[in-house]
Amino acid sequence: MVAAIRVPKSQRARRELLKHAPKLVETNKKTLILHGTKTSAVLNSVLSDIYHLKRDNAVKYTKKNDNIRPFESGGETSLEFFSLKTDCSLIVYGSHSKKRPNNLVLGRTYDHHIYDLVEIGVENYKSMESFVYDKKLAPKLGSKPLFAFIGEHFESAEELKHLKEVLLDLFKGEVVENLNLGVDRIYVCTAISPTTVYMMHCALRLKRSGTSIPRMELVEVGPSMDLVVRRHRLPVESLRKEAMKTAEHAKKLKNVMKDPIHGRLGKVYMPDQEVGKLTLSNDIKGLKRERREAKKNKEHSKKQKVNSE
Amino acid sequence: MTDPIAATSNYEVDLGNLMAYDPSHHVTAAASNRAELREACLQKATELAQAVADVLFALSPNEDRDGPIVRLPPPATRLPREKHLPKPKPPTKWEQFAKMKGITKHKKNKREWDEQTKSWKRTYGYDRVNDDRDIPIIEAKATDEPGVDPFAQRTEEKKKRVEKQEKNRLENLKRAAKVGALPSHIQLAAKALPITGIKADLPKKSRKEDLESVAGMASTATASGGKFDESYLVRNLQSILANIESFSLWLKEKELVAKRNSNMTKS
Repeated sequence: MVAAIRVPKSQRARRELLKHAPKLVETNKKTLILHGTKTSAVLNSVLSDIYHLKRDNAVKYTKKNDNIRPFESGGETSLEFFSLKTDCSLIVYGSHSKKRPNNLVLGRTYDHHIYDLVEIGVENYKSMESFVYDKKLAPKLGSKPLFAFIGEHFESAEELKHLKEVLLDLFKGEVVENLNLGVDRIYVCTAISPTTVYMMHCALRLKRSGTSIPRMELVEVGPSMDLVVRRHRLPVESLRKEAMKTAEHAKKLKNVMKDPIHGRLGKVYMPDQEVGKLTLSNDIKGLKRERREAKKNKEHSKKQKVNSE
Repeated sequence: MTDPIAATSNYEVDLGNLMAYDPSHHVTAAASNRAELREACLQKATELAQAVADVLFALSPNEDRDGPIVRLPPPATRLPREKHLPKPKPPTKWEQFAKMKGITKHKKNKREWDEQTKSWKRTYGYDRVNDDRDIPIIEAKATDEPGVDPFAQRTEEKKKRVEKQEKNRLENLKRAAKVGALPSHIQLAAKALPITGIKADLPKKSRKEDLESVAGMASTATASGGKFDESYLVRNLQSILANIESFSLWLKEKELVAKRNSNMTKS
């Protein structure tokens, strides 16, 4: 018989599952990279490049999945299941067909249900290995990247606005408050048409300049590709509202004042006493005497009865 | 050369995300040649990176052992969360009762003095203080029946207590799961996925909205889109009458059918 409550048997598994709990402030989103039935050489290279860029917090599946059909109502259940099992909220799904060559679907999940999807085609792809540069400039794994978005189409075209948000989410890395000034990479996205984005990944070289602010120099290192937006699905409005909720800030305490001499002070407000409307308590001396005497009389009468019997 | 360009365009800098956006740039004739496009993009990106660096390095750094550390402001572009906000756990049945009665928790010590063995024993676990199994003699009471084994009775009672506690724990977890505050390392078997299944295989309770939409779809799933189904008409008479076009079409079709019928009877 299956137990009603299933708990992991080992402490290690339990700790792993506790990491999946929802947090008040979210810092790290894991990515799941997988592909469909048919992939091309270009697409394989793209997927492995993305995996290398996000090595620490990405999971790459190697098997082909033929029951995943994004943008179809029944075809996303597998993605949601994988998202639940690997605790990934960003999904990169690659597939290749005659109608949609070199197809990448970038998806985000909320509570392990599909939140939104962007389908892009990869063109003019140049892989990371094809770039020759001084190895000392190579950006370190896990460093926080800079972003440069160029083009008015990012504001005017719906698809590009969506793609901008998804790319930011995908590559931004860990959200930190304190940053060490070792920034060494930048993602450059240029909107060359209302549906196409030319994306480059460059290493940053900080050159000495006269002031304390260094001069930036870009050296192209990483993959570069043209992303053509094919389809996209915006999130449902109610889901979007719920996902955008931020943690409530601590409520401001009222009636608390800090005094350097006396410490924490608060005022006690006494309501006006209406003497005429006060109810008497049972503790009044007069009442006590009455009751005492009534008791005595009752006992006295009882004793008389017993005696008579 | 770069100065007048930088002066005219205002870049939107989101320092929390280390992002710079140029909303006024037009890629015009640069689309002709790939190499030219690349050069133009790199140049623009350098300007944007410089804009971010200007703001970033202007922040006052705290010296840490790994180097200068700068405090970033929270990001300006709001991105959706990946999971819902953590919901507070609802109080368990015991916690509600304790609150009502005013019972407070008191911390138990790990070891207690055992009078019988005159030693410090654990309060729980192996070799504990008041272990049920350590009782050598149970004195017979006047209410005891002859054939009843008191030791067996005690083990039975303990089993019952443990079962009751497990049931209560399950109820508490179910109540927490209903609110959405189930601890993430616990899985309730009723909602768990079967071994070979995916989420789609779990029989879901149909919601009223789903049933209504399916009923609507089914009623219009005839060849003529349900227009000539009597039940469809009866239900949607108002909306149909409001749309006079479809109503007149229906009238026309009815006439045609009647004409055809009369023609057939004639011939």
